[in-house]
Amino acid sequence: MAKQKVVLVACGTGIATSTVVCKKVEDLIKANNIDARVIQCKISEVPGYEDDADLLVTTTIASRTYKIPVIKAINYLTNVNTQKVDQAIIDALK
Amino acid sequence: MTISINEYLDKDLIINNLKAKTTEDIFQALSEMLLKSNYVKDSFYNGLVERENKFPTGLTLGKYNVAIPHTDAIHVIKPAIAIASLKHPVVFNNMDGDGQVEVNIVFCMVLKEPHSQIMMLQQLMLLIQNEDVLKSMNEAKNSDELYDIVSKFESNLEKIV
Repeated sequence: MAKQKVVLVACGTGIATSTVVCKKVEDLIKANNIDARVIQCKISEVPGYEDDADLLVTTTIASRTYKIPVIKAINYLTNVNTQKVDQAIIDALK
Repeated sequence: MTISINEYLDKDLIINNLKAKTTEDIFQALSEMLLKSNYVKDSFYNGLVERENKFPTGLTLGKYNVAIPHTDAIHVIKPAIAIASLKHPVVFNNMDGDGQVEVNIVFCMVLKEPHSQIMMLQQLMLLIQNEDVLKSMNEAKNSDELYDIVSKFESNLEKIV
């Protein structure tokens, strides 16, 4: 069996917008039968998780480059073109 | 129904037609109001300013744009949403770092721990995605009217769900 993927969901404080995005990503994973778990954190905490994660989904400014792919999820807050973000996350986890 | 927007609203936490030139003016007015009603600690204002500088909260939606400033839980005594409609738009940086946005309405999220507030946060996101609601908020004549628009929005949501 393939290893379970790890998705980091990060915002500036790790309590507000990432909570909303977290829920969206968890629902998306479930709906598409993807074997993955979600970790919610502050963007400043990403380096600590990065080595074991497969994808970073964030609502805030990604201030540096990361070892893992980064997807901007501000669309989940404004509800514009969310299918595009959905698809990008699904593709990144395949 | 779990904790929703209405439980975070307080008539004392709403400013209609705030005259402000900068984000600091807005944060000052919101922090004073929150401090007076014992929702936050003295450090809340600085927390908001620092956080906004590092991680901006402007959201470009279309005709009416919003900002959702917030800061770390250590500055917070009890959770709430404070709302300010602005007399004249104020420029915020966009949350994703992509340019600036002229903001009409500010929703200051006074937050404690993450997961318990999911319902309120989701409802708030639905609210800001509704241009009609933002329009009427922008046109409200006083803070009571502003309060009613937001609290009614939530009751309508319950009917849909």
